[in-house]
Amino acid sequence: MTKTKTILAALAVGLLASTSALAGDVRIMWYSDGVEGEVLKDLLDRFMKENPGINVILDNVSYSVVREQLPVQLEAGDGPDIARVTNLKAQSQHWLDLRPLVADAAYWDENFGAQADWMRPDGSNQISGFMTQITLTGGFANKTLFDQAGVAIPGKDATWDDWAKAASEVAQNQQVPFAMALDRSGHRLTGPVLSFGANFIGADAKPAPLDQGSKDFLTKFIGWIEDGTMSKDVWVSAAGSTYRAAADDFINGQLVYYYSGSWQVPNFSTKIGSNFDWVATGSPCGSVNCTGMPGGAGLVAIKYTKNPKEVAKVMDYLAREDIVKEFSERTLFLPAHKGLLAKGLDFKTDDAQAKEALNVFVSSTGSLSELAQKLPGWFWSDTFYGAMVTRVSQAAAGEMSADEAFSRIDADIAAKVKDSGL
Amino acid sequence: MDESGRSGLGQIAMMPIHFLMGVLDAPLRWLQRATGINGMAAFFLLPNMMIFGVFVLLPFFINFAYSMTGGTALFLPDRSFVGADQYARLFDCGSYIDPGSCAEDTFWTAVRNTGWFVVLQVTLMILVSLVTALILNRELMARSFWRAVFFFPVLLSPVVVGLIWKWILQRQGLLNFGLYSLGFDPYVWLNDRNWSFAATIGVSIWAHMGFYTLILLAGLQAIPKDLYEAAEMDGTRPARAFWRITLPLLMPNLLVVVVLVLIRAVQIFDEVYVLTGGGPGTSTLYLTQYIYETGFAAQLRNPGLAAAASILMGAVLVVLTLLQLGLGRSEKKGGRK
Repeated sequence: MTKTKTILAALAVGLLASTSALAGDVRIMWYSDGVEGEVLKDLLDRFMKENPGINVILDNVSYSVVREQLPVQLEAGDGPDIARVTNLKAQSQHWLDLRPLVADAAYWDENFGAQADWMRPDGSNQISGFMTQITLTGGFANKTLFDQAGVAIPGKDATWDDWAKAASEVAQNQQVPFAMALDRSGHRLTGPVLSFGANFIGADAKPAPLDQGSKDFLTKFIGWIEDGTMSKDVWVSAAGSTYRAAADDFINGQLVYYYSGSWQVPNFSTKIGSNFDWVATGSPCGSVNCTGMPGGAGLVAIKYTKNPKEVAKVMDYLAREDIVKEFSERTLFLPAHKGLLAKGLDFKTDDAQAKEALNVFVSSTGSLSELAQKLPGWFWSDTFYGAMVTRVSQAAAGEMSADEAFSRIDADIAAKVKDSGL
Repeated sequence: MDESGRSGLGQIAMMPIHFLMGVLDAPLRWLQRATGINGMAAFFLLPNMMIFGVFVLLPFFINFAYSMTGGTALFLPDRSFVGADQYARLFDCGSYIDPGSCAEDTFWTAVRNTGWFVVLQVTLMILVSLVTALILNRELMARSFWRAVFFFPVLLSPVVVGLIWKWILQRQGLLNFGLYSLGFDPYVWLNDRNWSFAATIGVSIWAHMGFYTLILLAGLQAIPKDLYEAAEMDGTRPARAFWRITLPLLMPNLLVVVVLVLIRAVQIFDEVYVLTGGGPGTSTLYLTQYIYETGFAAQLRNPGLAAAASILMGAVLVVLTLLQLGLGRSEKKGGRK
């Protein structure tokens, strides 16, 4: 009997010990476009050495997991303790308010305040997290293909039509399958749509019906997919709002002009290497302006965490100026830290193409439209993006006309607004 | 180790079981006296029924409850009751034949696609499985090897199946490499509506036919050989023997296969989601993907609408299952005559 009691007591102690070990765990859901997962792991290893009581677990997942599975976990009151997310505003009710938990809230307000509203519920002053990087959509041209075809790369103020014409000429001359590609993403589609004068936001701050500006570019875009100027593989290859990128086609030298964004720079620098020359081109111009779309991924704390103090400690560490500096310099990401931006960065790369590309993106921030800057903090942005992707794909696949696609986009968005009960 | 050693080990291994039986013997005898044989049966069924209730029945009722609610929240108490609105929305059509006339056009596109998929895939799957089983039932050289070859894809995860075929069929895939090597122009199979649809049928047959072939093969091997010998002695041709002996005696297995293939075809999702993503356009968008995207992937998602669609799909599956039970009964009755 005594032996049984001893065994039971040992089991209970073991169980308690394992539970107390879990008390210090901080789980981060993280996705990577390039090398940032490795850099973060390195930074977190150092954090854990400095803070032996906190065990940070880094879950590297695909972007689609963050887009599709994290929201379900959050709605169920579950999920990781920290997550790297792009759909920041629409899920802001799930973010933890770090204001009372961080060491110096004023530091956060001062340095990350400009984008704080992108990730907080409307009307609050919550500190939800910080942007791991600021991104900007824009184009990339395969310079080697242009040179070999003897076609001049269109200049800074070139229009979408100029790019389509030049890229098609190069593709034909060099026998590559794709002249242009634009990621299967509503965010990517929005930059050019805005450059044709579109306005998504109605007078009541809810989604407005598609206007002429939107229709002008979308009609052009659907036509380009149909005639093969724009990659069919990206846009008709999936149903619904599933994300598809064309980065691999560009890296493999199969694509002349790729419209994506600044986050591809480290990816291209690493994977293209010296295979061919490439340049960032900023955003082509529409009839109204030459805007791209700002954005980025935010690292946010989740309010369902069991260890808020530990989470705040990890967030404080990752938001530290020297850590943000090292993260940005090693990943080639543009930081959101105001103080750091003022001091400047020394990106850790010998790749002159990557450095030049980053400069192009920095200078392109000057041509952002007012609406483009507003959309990342607008609740309905993703609703708009999802509807556009689904219906434009169907029109491009020949299932419906462009006009039918426009009516469906309006109907889809209206249904979503009604469903939300807002 | 010698014989006595093995027997000693066996005895040691059985000791816990003997011990457990000894401990349970008295209470079980008491239970049987108290409840009777039927009560005992219910007692042993109870754990299974509890698991079935918690993991099958309860989710079914929760799903039904979801289908009567609206909003984007996932937690049921946070959702508003909307009655049959979600069903009304799904059935809001000018004409059910034209998905474009429906409020939820992608739902009806998915229904139409699933319908065509079921008709074509089930027919082809049964034919291919039956022919394969008939061939594998013959005295072939390396028969076991061929049986393993046909069964191998069943062991693969559907995601792996989708990826393998994507690498074969995509623009820079193996098939185009072969075509290019032979001097033909490459073709993007997965960007063509018809080829893409055909690919989903072909891939699902490739992935699952081994399982159904195995069931049919078991049925074929259970048919007494002397029936064929007697038929041969009577001068019956092989084709007639097939129609008069093989097919009637294989019918119970064939019936099971038909129903299993039908249910699996209605539920098609994983390998197709990886292979085509529902595209090009919505040409390979099937019901399960519609439900998944509406409930989980869309911005903003609508779990109520997804639940209503899944209840309708469940109703179709119940009809198919009842059909199986009905056919099974008539088969038994036919057998007694």
